[in-house]
Amino acid sequence: MAQKIYYYPVWIRIWHATNALMFLLLIITGLSMQYGLFKIRFDYAVSIHNVSGIVLSVCYLYYFMANFITGNLKYYRIKFKGFFKRLWVQFVYYTVGIFKNQMPPFPLTIKRKFNPLQKFTYVSVMYIIVPLIIISGYAMLFPEIIYEKVLGIPGIVLTDLVHVCTGFIGSIFMIIHIYFCTIGSKPAANFKSLVNGYHQTE
Amino acid sequence: MLPKKLLCSPIAFFLAFFIAIIGISFVPAQVSEINAQKSKSDSLTGNAFCIQCHGNIYYGLKNPETGKIHRKMMSINGRIDPTVFKKSNHRSFQCTNCHSIEFKKFPHSEKALLEEIGSCIDCHSGDSIAEKYKFDLIDEDFQKSVHATKHSENFTCWMCHEAHSYKVNATTVEYDNSMCLSCHANANKYNLILNKSNPNIIEKHEWLPNQQAHLQNVRCIECHARVNDSILVAHNIQPKAKAVKLCVECHSTNSLLKQTLYKYQSRVQISRNGYFNAAILNKSYVIGANRNYYLNVASVVILLIVIGGIAIHIILRTTLKK
Repeated sequence: MAQKIYYYPVWIRIWHATNALMFLLLIITGLSMQYGLFKIRFDYAVSIHNVSGIVLSVCYLYYFMANFITGNLKYYRIKFKGFFKRLWVQFVYYTVGIFKNQMPPFPLTIKRKFNPLQKFTYVSVMYIIVPLIIISGYAMLFPEIIYEKVLGIPGIVLTDLVHVCTGFIGSIFMIIHIYFCTIGSKPAANFKSLVNGYHQTE
Repeated sequence: MLPKKLLCSPIAFFLAFFIAIIGISFVPAQVSEINAQKSKSDSLTGNAFCIQCHGNIYYGLKNPETGKIHRKMMSINGRIDPTVFKKSNHRSFQCTNCHSIEFKKFPHSEKALLEEIGSCIDCHSGDSIAEKYKFDLIDEDFQKSVHATKHSENFTCWMCHEAHSYKVNATTVEYDNSMCLSCHANANKYNLILNKSNPNIIEKHEWLPNQQAHLQNVRCIECHARVNDSILVAHNIQPKAKAVKLCVECHSTNSLLKQTLYKYQSRVQISRNGYFNAAILNKSYVIGANRNYYLNVASVVILLIVIGGIAIHIILRTTLKK
């Protein structure tokens, strides 16, 4: 039975919106600096990238602490026993079952905010990829703190490699994340819940 | 009186020797130095004759009337470090190959002191040994530079290239920039050419983001000289209004640095493996120019797979799901 669950309190919505906006600015200015896309003046792109990066890192700190304080962290906890099997089941649903009008194998409830695939990607992105982006980003902002050479390779080149690769993974996540938001009770339903905080179950 | 036996004994001999050594040691150092110089100078030939004064901080100048030797300090411009000179490209030269034979007389005559020293191309023009450095083209490039056009003949090659220490292939960023800074960060030398105070380099480059990284890792000429494809190092220094100020000139795949700082390495890398920016990637980090070819290909492939996957998913969702 379809029901409305208040998943997204104000603090999450503020964090999510700011995070999304900063991520978008970082991707655009990052692509502009690295590939000359969007024709943004280089010095402007650098400044926007730096400011957005700092705001994103503050945002992350806020998210990290609020997750602990509010108890939101429990939704990210992974039970390892049978996790990969659940992951596979969810993957099969997205690639096969969804087209056969099958019901989601792990319907969202008050206790289950994320399905196994969501949990896996969110934990990977928020607790591995984003921290790596932030750390390598700050290192690039203060290049003098980077080791001059690591295994004979300039430290700054390695840091850049980490930053560009994790940034790319983050960008790919964002594309898939936005697309998967259209998989809801209605294509726009999940976008609405980002504004009003209520999730409409199928 | 000591007994004769004692005076002739080995103990007496050692005592006398010991006292003599101590005595010699206490002779004032200055006198011994000057005397040593004086006695040597007559017998020294070639560079050694010049180096005995110019290779030292002090030299002795004899007053012809009183005969007194005055200890003087060698001017910083006249001082040559013999060890550096011995490692330089011009190490095999006699001082008088470039300097007037008049300098053989000491004290030096006014005529010698006002000599016109030749420039690089006086020797290197058409020089088959140094042909690859293209000295004639370098001179042509230099003649167009603000150094030549604004300061005319007062500005010679020697203003930047110290002939006694010059060493080819020593073109590190620090070495190169020290040539510029020897005037632009040194009011005394700057005033040899211009009678005004030299601008503060740090303040003038305040606008540069990551100023320290830029000043340490790129040469001044990257932005202040016009690129010349015919020579390895551009000598056409531009007026400040024409200096590179657009970040993308360097921060792009078609980085200006490939035509300047990494010109030699880029040519080698391109001819070796066709990998355009390998030189920059291996040497240093320049945002926008450090693109890894394989990562670029991988990222485009992954992006296409993701977009393709989403497109197929959308099509299947709209056609199959009812």
